[in-house]
Amino acid sequence: MMEEVKEAASVLSVHDDSIKVTEVLKDGDTLTFIIVSQKLSGTGEYHVDRTYEDFEWLQQHLFSQEDVPGIQGVIFPPLPAKPQVNASSRSIKQLGFLALGECQPYCKALETFLQQVAAHSILSKNKAVEVFLTSSDPPGRQKVKKNIFNRLSQAVEEMRKEGHKDVDEFFQNERDHNLVLTGCTKTAAEKFLDVVATEQKIAVACGHFSTALHLCVEPGEDPDKQAFSRVCVKLSEVFESIKKNMTSVAENNVNTLGLGLDLESRYQEAEREMLFRRTCKLVELENARRNTEKAKPVKKAAMEEVKKAAETEFEHISGVAKQEIERFQGARVEMLQQALVSWCEKQLLTAKESADQFNQHLEVFRGMA
Amino acid sequence: MATSSERSPPPFPDSEDQDVLDTEEVRGRDSDEDEDLFGSPSTSPVTGMDTTLTSDVSMKPPSDIMNDPLIEPMSSQTENKPASEPSDDFFDLTNNVSVVAAAATKSDDFVDILGSETGAQRGEVVKADVTVEATIDKSEVTAGITDPLSQQEAKQTSTAPVIDLSGDSQPVTSKIANPLVDLFSDAPPAAEAKKPSSANVDLFDDEEGSDIFAEPLQTKPAKQLQKSLFGEPDEDVFGEPLGAISKKPVPKEQKEKSVTTKVTAGGPLQDSKPANIFSQAAASTPSVTSTVNSKSNGVHSEEEGDIFAEATVELSLDSPRNERKKEAIAKPSAPTPTSLPAAASLTKPQPPALEELEEEEEEEEEDKFDIFVSVKDPEKIGDGMNAYMAYKVSTQTTLPMFRNKTFTVRRRFSDFLGLYEKLSEKHGPNGFIVPPPPEKSLLGMTKVKVGKEDSSSTDFVERRRGALERYLQRVVNHPSLLQDPDVREFLEREELPRAVSTQALSGAGFLKMINKATDAVSKMTIKMNESDVWFEEKLQEVESADQQFRKLHALVESLVVHRKELSLNTASFAKSAAMLGSAEDNTALSRALSQLAEVEDKMEQLHQEQAANDTFTFAEMIADYIRLLGAVRGSFDHRMKAWQRWQDAQSMLQKKRETEAKLLWANKPDKLQLAKEEIAEWEAKVTQYERDFERVSATVRKEVIRFEREKTKNCKRQIIKYLECLLQSQQQLIKYWEAFLPEAKAIA
Repeated sequence: MMEEVKEAASVLSVHDDSIKVTEVLKDGDTLTFIIVSQKLSGTGEYHVDRTYEDFEWLQQHLFSQEDVPGIQGVIFPPLPAKPQVNASSRSIKQLGFLALGECQPYCKALETFLQQVAAHSILSKNKAVEVFLTSSDPPGRQKVKKNIFNRLSQAVEEMRKEGHKDVDEFFQNERDHNLVLTGCTKTAAEKFLDVVATEQKIAVACGHFSTALHLCVEPGEDPDKQAFSRVCVKLSEVFESIKKNMTSVAENNVNTLGLGLDLESRYQEAEREMLFRRTCKLVELENARRNTEKAKPVKKAAMEEVKKAAETEFEHISGVAKQEIERFQGARVEMLQQALVSWCEKQLLTAKESADQFNQHLEVFRGMA
Repeated sequence: MATSSERSPPPFPDSEDQDVLDTEEVRGRDSDEDEDLFGSPSTSPVTGMDTTLTSDVSMKPPSDIMNDPLIEPMSSQTENKPASEPSDDFFDLTNNVSVVAAAATKSDDFVDILGSETGAQRGEVVKADVTVEATIDKSEVTAGITDPLSQQEAKQTSTAPVIDLSGDSQPVTSKIANPLVDLFSDAPPAAEAKKPSSANVDLFDDEEGSDIFAEPLQTKPAKQLQKSLFGEPDEDVFGEPLGAISKKPVPKEQKEKSVTTKVTAGGPLQDSKPANIFSQAAASTPSVTSTVNSKSNGVHSEEEGDIFAEATVELSLDSPRNERKKEAIAKPSAPTPTSLPAAASLTKPQPPALEELEEEEEEEEEDKFDIFVSVKDPEKIGDGMNAYMAYKVSTQTTLPMFRNKTFTVRRRFSDFLGLYEKLSEKHGPNGFIVPPPPEKSLLGMTKVKVGKEDSSSTDFVERRRGALERYLQRVVNHPSLLQDPDVREFLEREELPRAVSTQALSGAGFLKMINKATDAVSKMTIKMNESDVWFEEKLQEVESADQQFRKLHALVESLVVHRKELSLNTASFAKSAAMLGSAEDNTALSRALSQLAEVEDKMEQLHQEQAANDTFTFAEMIADYIRLLGAVRGSFDHRMKAWQRWQDAQSMLQKKRETEAKLLWANKPDKLQLAKEEIAEWEAKVTQYERDFERVSATVRKEVIRFEREKTKNCKRQIIKYLECLLQSQQQLIKYWEAFLPEAKAIA
């Protein structure tokens, strides 16, 4: 009910699925992303440039909408980690797939983030989203402040509250399941990343080999020598196409399943955070209840107040969380399916193209007298 | 002087006019010219010497002999003499011939001729030995008589007994001698030519075999007498006529001359030339027998016979010198040198075949040998550090030289190395590129010995098996190496004597060997003023190819490493995908993920196969070529060595000549004689070494060309194989994806 009211009040002026991160500009250590989105009103596009700090600003704003009930039950679309221009091995590891290639995967991830935010029924209503997407001026970057969602504090508390027994079986199951899935997805993404990295290494090695073969070409009129040179050049071409094959296989892996697994892994993380926030609230509520029971009559009323407030909030959170989880489950299956299908299709295409090429090379070699 | 030299030639053309009567005589003339051709170079040392008349006689026979392919082995025998070879009798000569052949010097020529002759001819040789022996005895006697005389005189007298021996024609020769003394009139030689021949005819009636030798014996002494007579008035007289002869007769002869000049120049045309000469020699030999049989042409056979006769003379020249060794000479074949016969019998059959084959190869380079060798079933035998790997060597062939079409033997690794050592010892110095086996690997083998059944040790065994197979196939594909008895023994014989001292070839040692060869080559290149640009360029090419192949090998190896890594990573991704699938609640997604895990498992197999493909087609091929390039450099090295030996001999000769000049100046006739002998000896060596060098050069050149052609062919074959594998795996991949796509789409 409340949502409906708000929806009427503030609607995003762009199509959520038209948001694109088209370009990235490198200026020293800072990366600037160009975000393009189509106006809902009709023709025309918004072009804005945003830095990673702007994205952080947006996320903070979304986190800190304290006036929205049950905001803590929302699974916030995960913002990818800060990109590094001169990436160290550790930050690469943290970024996973997003560190590969020439920023395209990263842009893709940011794009997904924005689309998810814009498509989210609660989050899209926030003014900050509109500002972020349409305002030509960069939003105040200094406004970033620490809040209850600070990850560091969360990590400390986590140890204590993670294992807290849930009152709701649904949430208990979800929490257990989420724990398993988060681990598995993370491993799978890492392993897949290894595969891609090796494929890239192979592509590079093929390239080297192909180049080295060119050096074997001997000048001279001697027919024997020329024959050998021809063989070398041809083989060099073969390895060039093996390299291309490997490169596109690796690219396909990154752009489809790689990104899918990465997003899945980050979303699982986000879900876990949400569940944790709910668990925290639950703990808070239980404490309030205990306090109320133990409380002396003088304070009882005040305690009752607190307990009531906590209860409402918890109910809100649980309500939103349930919705969010259901939505998320559907979305992630769809997302993973899409990733798998497009991955498979692309790889199939690449394999067929490569097979064609190899066949041609083979024919050429067979034809060589 | 000049006039006499111009007048003297006619005798020979005269005798040749008679030759023209018969068709065979054309060939006979070839042999005649052949001789001339060898005779002509002899003039140069003679004139170059330009000392006294005595030097002429001592000089000439050896040099004549040297230049004659048939008598060459004898010359090498004479070389042995100063080196205190006690058994210098003629009977040994036949053995020595094969020994020399085993030593793989120029004497192949001689062996070639022997080989082309029938067994009857061999018997004749033996018979000839008998006569020769008698000659020796005689000459000994005369030598003993003429003790106080100078050695040269002893020689002259020794020829007389030889003539005595041949009995029948002695009056004839003396008759010839007389006119000759009358100073080289035109007619007498013709008469000389006729008369011995008539004598020959008589002899032929009695015994064919000995005739050939008996006849030369008588004619040659005549010639020898002639020589000494020529020698006495003026040494130049004899020298020049010979040269004149070689110049005058018929245009054909001039062609021959050009050949000789080329041979001495060491030009690029060289390959075909020796063969040409040999074939002529070979052709002329049968013609000798034929004329003997028909008894039609004594003159011709006389010409031919000179070759043998000269040998006899040579011996009679030597015999005085070897008076001390009479006992040894007296014993005909009993004192056959201890180790020589075995070696001779081992290697004797090979060189002729080799020579034949070489010629064959010239004719059709693309000769495909129908023989396939496979090395299979590596098996560890024994335990602990004494364990070794044994392989099954199966041969499939339709070649008639093997008894069966298929046969299998069991060989251990060191046997392969042993074969290589034998082959490289025998053929390396001739300039052949002997394919090298894989080197010993201490690390790899230790792993196998310890019995760790991990992937690296199986990989090692498989790699080695493949390398051994390719090595053997290369050996049998080489037309010359296939003929080697050791190769056949290796392929056929059930039990092989244990190869020893293969330790030298172990990993580092092998590398060291190659490096040593390279060092030697590079060092020598500085010293060697390379006359042949081709070799210079080729050596550089080989060096750079070696560098490139090494680089390629490193690159392919790293590629293989990455491929293996990919296969490992794919496997672990498959595992984690399976786990993810099992953790997944959504049944369709879970199913798809399990399918994904299966697909990835299959892909891991593909990647593994691809890694093997990379390894065995490229990495191993390139490793083979790195080894082979080492062998190529080795053959260049052998060529350098031959060159070095030639140069050393030349400088030695120069020194000897200087000593002689000094002695001459100091007027010390006793020492002078010794110096002259040494000069003759070194001249012979120089000529021989020069020809050695040229032959090695020719072989190396041919081998390198063959190597390069094979390289291209082999590379292409391997690449096609590689591409086929690649294509196959790609198609397999397509199948996998196609099977997975509906699964992915089924997720709802």
